[in-house]
Amino acid sequence: MQKTDINKYVDNEVRNIYDEAVINTTLDKKFGLTREIIEELSKEKEEPSWVLDIRLKALEQFYKMEDPDWGPDISYLNIDNIATYVKPVDNEVRRWEDVPEDIRSVFDKLGIPESEKKALAGSGAQFDSEIVYHNLTEDLKKQGVIYTSFDEGIRKYPELVKKYFTKAVPIYDHKYIALHYALFSGGSFVYIPKGAKLDRPLQSYFRLNAPGAGQFEHTLIIVDEGAELQFIEGCSAPGYNELNLHAGCVELFVEKNAYLRFSTIENWSKNMLNLNTKKCYVSEGGKIEWIMGSFGSKVSMLYPLSVLNGEGAKCDFLNISFAGKGQNLDTGIKVIHNAPRTSTVVNAKSISKDGGICTFRSNVHVKKKAKKAKLALSCESLMLDSISRSDTIPVNTIESDDVVFSHEAKIGKISEQAIYYLMTRGMSEEEAKSLIVRGFAEPIAKAFPVEYAVEMNRLIDLELEGTIG
Amino acid sequence: MDLLNINKLCTIAEDDHDKKILQGLDLVIKPGEIHVIMGPNGSGKSTLANTIFASPRYIVTGGSIKLCGEDITNLSTDQIAKKGVFMSFQTPEEIPGISLAQFLKTTKHSITGEKPNLYKFTTEVEKTMTELNMKYEYVNREFNVGFSGGEKKKNEILQMLLLNPKLAILDETDSGLDVDAIKIVSRGINMYKNDDNAVLIITHNTKILENLKVDRVHVLVDGKIVKSGDSSLAREIEDNGYSKYIK
Ligand SMILES: Nc1ncnc2c1ncn2[C@@H]1O[C@H](COP(=O)(O)OP(=O)(O)OP(=O)(O)O)[C@@H](O)[C@H]1O
Ligand SMILES: [Mg+2]
Repeated sequence: MQKTDINKYVDNEVRNIYDEAVINTTLDKKFGLTREIIEELSKEKEEPSWVLDIRLKALEQFYKMEDPDWGPDISYLNIDNIATYVKPVDNEVRRWEDVPEDIRSVFDKLGIPESEKKALAGSGAQFDSEIVYHNLTEDLKKQGVIYTSFDEGIRKYPELVKKYFTKAVPIYDHKYIALHYALFSGGSFVYIPKGAKLDRPLQSYFRLNAPGAGQFEHTLIIVDEGAELQFIEGCSAPGYNELNLHAGCVELFVEKNAYLRFSTIENWSKNMLNLNTKKCYVSEGGKIEWIMGSFGSKVSMLYPLSVLNGEGAKCDFLNISFAGKGQNLDTGIKVIHNAPRTSTVVNAKSISKDGGICTFRSNVHVKKKAKKAKLALSCESLMLDSISRSDTIPVNTIESDDVVFSHEAKIGKISEQAIYYLMTRGMSEEEAKSLIVRGFAEPIAKAFPVEYAVEMNRLIDLELEGTIG
Repeated sequence: MDLLNINKLCTIAEDDHDKKILQGLDLVIKPGEIHVIMGPNGSGKSTLANTIFASPRYIVTGGSIKLCGEDITNLSTDQIAKKGVFMSFQTPEEIPGISLAQFLKTTKHSITGEKPNLYKFTTEVEKTMTELNMKYEYVNREFNVGFSGGEKKKNEILQMLLLNPKLAILDETDSGLDVDAIKIVSRGINMYKNDDNAVLIITHNTKILENLKVDRVHVLVDGKIVKSGDSSLAREIEDNGYSKYIK
């Protein structure tokens, strides 16, 4: 069923790129995946040869590797039908006024420049394949904070980038990370120097606007010893009939006693194949907090990995997924406890309706040397009807004998009686469901910055609109 | 005009169509009145309350329900609420993740159709909670989550007072309440009560009736009203039970 559905997209030879597109016809666009395309891409970006070498090695890997043997079927993906590089502008700029009008209007509607003014220390915006805007307050620049597009990072800080790039996520990790390294473009590079504590978050926003296109941004963040950072990633795309592909990569390094909160609100359109890879290395006394809200995409496969490498390293993971009609959100967490007294707290929630599928995989590996490790995992799912599905799949490998481990999984249908109760208080069935779902999501929503929590509630309402009848 | 007029109401259970619950029930309540329904366990008291509210658990197979002359038998639960019917549940629901304050604002908004003025509404909530001897800090707690049985019941009365319906149905609101709490609830009922609205109290005890001016008492057995009388009927039942009404 699903397969024929998607074949429609793939067979669709006519790419109506003007439909809804705010981009003009002079768009520089490349299709498919060949050595020539990659060489051309690299040349256009004026990359050093070591970067091109990585791309070509990754390309080779991609063709050698098989699709993952778990999770949703993605065999319909044909990379030759994907616009692998779409260049929106010639240059990235530092002022919103300098972003071309048509592109700026998209970000204006998303409220990006406004939230930057109000609540952010710095902000970046990617449109299709390239970063179009990047800015950081002068004050932070003086402190040695680096926040640039990834391309600029390679140009300006080659030594630093080289030291960390591909070190968290190697190019042979899986097929779609190989694809990512062959085609990566855009994304952010962040370095927070020792002891620097940012009191306001940095935010990168990724917009995939061209139909049938792929986005392959690379985000590399290093939070040096004792430093603190909150980073927000937002993603969205308008809906098209054609299959869009997101194969981004996030590499995070949390050094000794450093702290990083990495928040993602993902609202890709329902024609998106989201095969994202995220990894974080945490050193002694450091802490990573993952906060994820997944609403969009047709298929998502996303399992952030945290490697707790130093004594006392911590990982907190909060996730909420919402799968509606035709959506299959396969998410989860992987964590490796590789040092004593490391700890992990997972609080994952999922909501499915109209036949949507949510799967949460937790893959925990506690190594022998991880004495006195602590892990508390809790997964809760709410199904809004009887045709939707929800699964939790835990895989635990515990080699240390001195571990406190708890795992709690709750799967349930929304309570008819609770809906009825709310309706006796004047709420429509839709409003009642929405209130229950908001309440269910609340423990996660409150971890997001206020605007995003509001956005999340708006998305929940939107998802529930037209549920009835 | 009658505030509530129920005529020959018959219902079956949604999940068991052979289960006849209400079997030709008649009930008329006029504005300004307090009515009481008593009856043995399983006789259909909660079913009556929920049928008035078009609960999906019951199917009306005959008869009609009119509110102020308007037939509400086929309206949806939320429409009935907006027409001015309120019910205090025998077992109120918990809504995790939603604060009491947020809940009250939402329901007020839903019933009146307009966003309540925040300052005025908050003041009213605080005042009403104080009168019901509820801790105001509870507005920040998740709705009914971890509330004691009695606290949940008081929360129902709080909503009744804030929503100010035409007809309030109280389904065993007094069950599980301590003596002081019962007094507070009947004080709440007196605060709410006026010449234009009405209360239908479902109860097993006369304690809650002590400070109320009860107009009619009905005995419900096997889905029908088998006897109606003035407030002395309640005491009579408390003393002698239902045996003489059960065939
Ligand atoms: N959904 C249902 N499906 C099947 N039977 C039901 C359903 N709801 C109620 N009943 C039955 O209908 C009868 C009346 O139930 P109801 O809850 O109205 O009783 P009640 O008078 O409120 O009793 P109590 O005093 O114990 O609260 C009972 O026999 C009950 O088992
Ligand atoms: Mg009952």
